[in-house]
Amino acid sequence: MSLYQLSKLMFDLNRDNAVKEAFRADPRQVIVKYDLDDEERRAIMDPDIGLLYVLGVNGQLLMHYAALLGIEWSDYLQRMRDGVKMHGPVRAGIYTMTTSPDEKVAG
Amino acid sequence: MSLVFVGVCSHAPGITGREERAPRELRDELYAGYATMRAALEDTKPDALIVIAAEHFANFFMNNMPSFALGMADQYHGPIEDADWLRVPQRTVKGAADLSRRIISAIMQTVDVSYCEEWKFDHGIMVPLHFLDPGNKLPVIPANINCQGPPLTPLHRAWAFGDAIRRAADTVPERIALVGTGGISHWPATPDSGRINEAWDREFLDKWSRNDRDAMLAYKDTEIYRNAGQGGFEIRTFISAAAAARGRGNVICYTPIPIYAVGCTTATMEIV
Repeated sequence: MSLYQLSKLMFDLNRDNAVKEAFRADPRQVIVKYDLDDEERRAIMDPDIGLLYVLGVNGQLLMHYAALLGIEWSDYLQRMRDGVKMHGPVRAGIYTMTTSPDEKVAG
Repeated sequence: MSLVFVGVCSHAPGITGREERAPRELRDELYAGYATMRAALEDTKPDALIVIAAEHFANFFMNNMPSFALGMADQYHGPIEDADWLRVPQRTVKGAADLSRRIISAIMQTVDVSYCEEWKFDHGIMVPLHFLDPGNKLPVIPANINCQGPPLTPLHRAWAFGDAIRRAADTVPERIALVGTGGISHWPATPDSGRINEAWDREFLDKWSRNDRDAMLAYKDTEIYRNAGQGGFEIRTFISAAAAARGRGNVICYTPIPIYAVGCTTATMEIV
């Protein structure tokens, strides 16, 4: 469990173009620099947006990461709902879900 | 000279990035609200604009999270987000390092603030600038309150920060404008995105408009989280703006737009 490291990776991707380029070229070369466990590595490599959400990644980081991957807004929201269905409730952080996985608020 | 303008507005990325997905009349009402706010800002002929933001991990992270930060550079860049996703073009924004240094020095007399000679703007500053300074003319001084990584800046400290900005602005010869930017209730970037607690928002805006310090500072983060979501923590920026202005607020528009994920707000506040 290294949510801080996982979040740090997304923070670096969020703001640093060199990290973005390196990640696009070969994500494995980037993620080895962060102390991640197997589940976290898998969530990044798949990429499994729903699992990243459930692991507790702050939505402001995850939203930008999804945008970086070219995931469209409504698809991004659906992937989080699917993630909660598959992996259970959000495990950490302040971006928990208050609606049900089958409920669509907007988008 | 002094503080010449105070306003607050929303900054949600959907306002530009998902612009066409809102009902046309609501989108137009909001965009007109920004235009009114921009005209009021321009009328005061400011020399520089301080934007109090609630940034989203563009610069500050849990390795070293300041309660308060101010920029002290001659230029800034943004947005950090994919420009196609946000639909706000990249720009280099003029700073005002010397003015920043004087303002920061004055603020530091009462509030401990981090100063930053580098600062990347995210949607939290770029969306407001897109509407309020489309010509990219105003020198900008970014300011930030930690509304993202708990433990968060306490509300009464946000008030103290705004009060310190006011006193600092009053000590410099330049004409200073101030814009606080944040959401009221919202659940951004979660599956709940689009949920808006309009009653809570209107109650908060009423307290803000009356500049009722005690009522604004009586909120507790547990209650904000329950009723206004994690996005509600950004009321800190509104509270700082109220502390700086000391007058009554005038809400230009408040329009809940679920696809933009927030009750979209533009407002100005009388400076007394």
